[in-house]
Amino acid sequence: MGAFSLPQFLAKLRGGLVSPMALHRMGVLGMNARNINYIARYNDRDKYPIVDDKLNTKRAAKRYGIPTPELIAAFEIQPSRSQVLKLIEPLWQFVIKPARGSGGKGILVIVGRDGDKYKKASGAELTAEDILRHVSNITSGLYSLGGKPDRVMVEALVDFDPVFDNYSFEGVPDIRVIVFRGFPVMAMLRCSTHDSDGKANLHQGAVGVGIDLATGRSCHAVQRGLRIKQHPDTEMPFGELQVPGWRDLVRLAASCYEMTGLGYLGCDIVLDRRRGPLLLEANARPGLAIQVANGVGLASRLQHIERFDLEQLEKNVEERVAYSMREFAASRTLDKE
Amino acid sequence: MSPRAQVYFLAALLALMGAGLTIYKNRELGFPLLPGEYRTVWTIEAKVGFTADGGPVKAALTLPREQRNMEVLNESFSSSGYGFNIIRENDEYRAVWSRRSASGPQSLFYQLDVHQTPGAPLEQPLDLSTAVEKPFLGAREQEAVRQAIYSLVETARERSSDVETFTTQLLSALGDPRNQDRNLIFGYYKDRSLVDVALLVLATAEVPAHRIRGLYLEDDRRRLDPEDLLEVYDGKRWVVFEPHSGSPGVPKNFFIWQRGGKSLLDVEGGRNSQVTFSVISNDVPARDVSMLSTSKEKEALVDFSIYSLPIEQQSIFKLILLVPVGALVVVLLRVFVGLRTSGTFMPVLLAVAFIETQLFTGLSIFVLILILGLWVRFYLSRLNLLLVSRIAAVVVTVVILMGAISVVSYKLGIEQALTVTFFPMIILAWTIERMSIVWEEDGPYEVVVQAGGSLLVAVLAWWVMTNRYVEHWTFNFPELLLVLLGLILVIGNYTGYRLAELMRFRQLVK
Repeated sequence: MGAFSLPQFLAKLRGGLVSPMALHRMGVLGMNARNINYIARYNDRDKYPIVDDKLNTKRAAKRYGIPTPELIAAFEIQPSRSQVLKLIEPLWQFVIKPARGSGGKGILVIVGRDGDKYKKASGAELTAEDILRHVSNITSGLYSLGGKPDRVMVEALVDFDPVFDNYSFEGVPDIRVIVFRGFPVMAMLRCSTHDSDGKANLHQGAVGVGIDLATGRSCHAVQRGLRIKQHPDTEMPFGELQVPGWRDLVRLAASCYEMTGLGYLGCDIVLDRRRGPLLLEANARPGLAIQVANGVGLASRLQHIERFDLEQLEKNVEERVAYSMREFAASRTLDKE
Repeated sequence: MSPRAQVYFLAALLALMGAGLTIYKNRELGFPLLPGEYRTVWTIEAKVGFTADGGPVKAALTLPREQRNMEVLNESFSSSGYGFNIIRENDEYRAVWSRRSASGPQSLFYQLDVHQTPGAPLEQPLDLSTAVEKPFLGAREQEAVRQAIYSLVETARERSSDVETFTTQLLSALGDPRNQDRNLIFGYYKDRSLVDVALLVLATAEVPAHRIRGLYLEDDRRRLDPEDLLEVYDGKRWVVFEPHSGSPGVPKNFFIWQRGGKSLLDVEGGRNSQVTFSVISNDVPARDVSMLSTSKEKEALVDFSIYSLPIEQQSIFKLILLVPVGALVVVLLRVFVGLRTSGTFMPVLLAVAFIETQLFTGLSIFVLILILGLWVRFYLSRLNLLLVSRIAAVVVTVVILMGAISVVSYKLGIEQALTVTFFPMIILAWTIERMSIVWEEDGPYEVVVQAGGSLLVAVLAWWVMTNRYVEHWTFNFPELLLVLLGLILVIGNYTGYRLAELMRFRQLVK
């Protein structure tokens, strides 16, 4: 038994908590600071509808030439049974989404059919009745904020680039890029696991992989708050992960600034086998898990951009992408250390 | 001004206003800062009794003047069959009862509630007469009595330096049974009281003096006769003396009824008139005393406040005023701790329900309804209903469950469970609906986390809201809500880390 030491005792007493000063030193952005200093200051309320309603996002993206998954149909009001049945009858793969769903709620992905049955990504089978009920739930506003009546959109299933096949279990990974005043500042890849039940939510057990903005290579990976080096189910090492066409992807994210007009923005992007990066949705209140995935705080990068003068802020997309890729390169990679 | 500076300015302004009003109510209006403060209120009843002759009757009773350290909270008169009014006569208030004809014994009542406050009992009056009517000690009095009075005055004068000490000396001589002069005087004036004789002697010595009538406030006294004090003018101001001890100053607990002036009671058309007093004390919550003493002056702060509502509405407001406190608890827990709840302010409504039902009954009923409701909801989800009708179905189910719980528990003899009706039904139905979605999408673990978080917040809010200090302050000092509002505004500006984030981001530090 060693002698009593106060720092050790305090560390024990604190349990898993770290001191707020240490977090501040690391430039970690907290929820309250995000809400007041970034969302409230840089995101105008009147621009929210562009991102809060996915149909609006799609329309705006079309105007700005930003590629998105193909829209098969959209229902403004509660569709009749026959309408829905007629629509899904010829389809093999499709996605049903609420236009104003929050937090990925209410998204139904059908990856194949087995006679009358529709197969979900997890392998579970649904009947046409189940799909009808889901549509009716969406229109009555079950998934929207405040329970407001919602619109239903039916999208084509993205033909995912097979590059990530080994990095995901059941689900398909998407890439989240935080864009601040037009400058991409941080990126991560979210891989679903068996543990997360095919979902891409980090707090449910998905793996967050930090992506180096400069290269598109992974620089850090975390599952349930712990650093990992390989996917827990497929055992693929993340060190070899390289996002193809990275510069195009970053450019797409940066151009979302012009499209939405939002200063603090999260873009969810997927990779299509032929079409390359597609904008899945944009988010005016992106979460903070990206810091955990990258092992780096957001605040220091955001403050770097806040110090810009007007001239620097008026750069075009290409210049901004080049600046970000140079400035926000990861200091460490998975291989080193 | 930047929004941030505006917030601080506004918050400071609100807090100052709230605190200022609170201090004013406490200091000036006497509202107690702490719960459970009691004040002693004396109820004095004066009974005027006389035998009427059969003709017209008029009885006039001098009413107590406002004494500075006695606050009159309430007055009432009772006199069946008599006309009644209050007249002002030579700086005195008199109650006058009158009747065209009356015979036999009559009783008239005057009752008042007084409350003792600190401070000097009497103001120096400006208009009391200082004239001395020197008594004519002539043929009627015996030479010996006259000499005895002069001798008393002489002795007291020799042993004193001023009017005050003179009076003390005189009173102690008059109270000394071994004093020959004193015995002689009292032997002559057999039916006179000590104060009567003292007034006579003082008049002989040319000292202006008069009597003060009043009573000692002691609990549970009946059929008291008024007691007298002596007030003497020393050339500059009036000094009160207690005649038996001879010490200056108004005794504690002495309630002054009449100062100087003429008779206490005048009766025309009756005989054997007398006034007797009875005194009882009761302990009254300090707030009620403040309410009574301010109601006469119609303080705007009290008159335009919740207290002007009927009692029933007041008790509803008592509950409503607690809701902001619950909201503050939610704000604190979300901003500083980062607890996840199902529905932002749903826990506050739960806490309000817990106040009515008691905590453990409320908790068990809530959990029971939630579990049964979820079970029913899972069946409903298989029926492919539209959302609105499904939630309406859940509402109906919740109501039926509540009814069933009430009836079953009543039959089992658990009457507490009858309070289920206090639960906000629609909120419960929505909670069940949300929880079932969370269950389907994120699994039962997330349901337990969210329901547990909501319950934790609700219990904490309940705990704060039922604190007797919080209850006391919100109801008696609603202006503290301004302070609370300021606090919430300031918290809304907090950009630091949440407690949960110290855990969540711990890997970033290592």
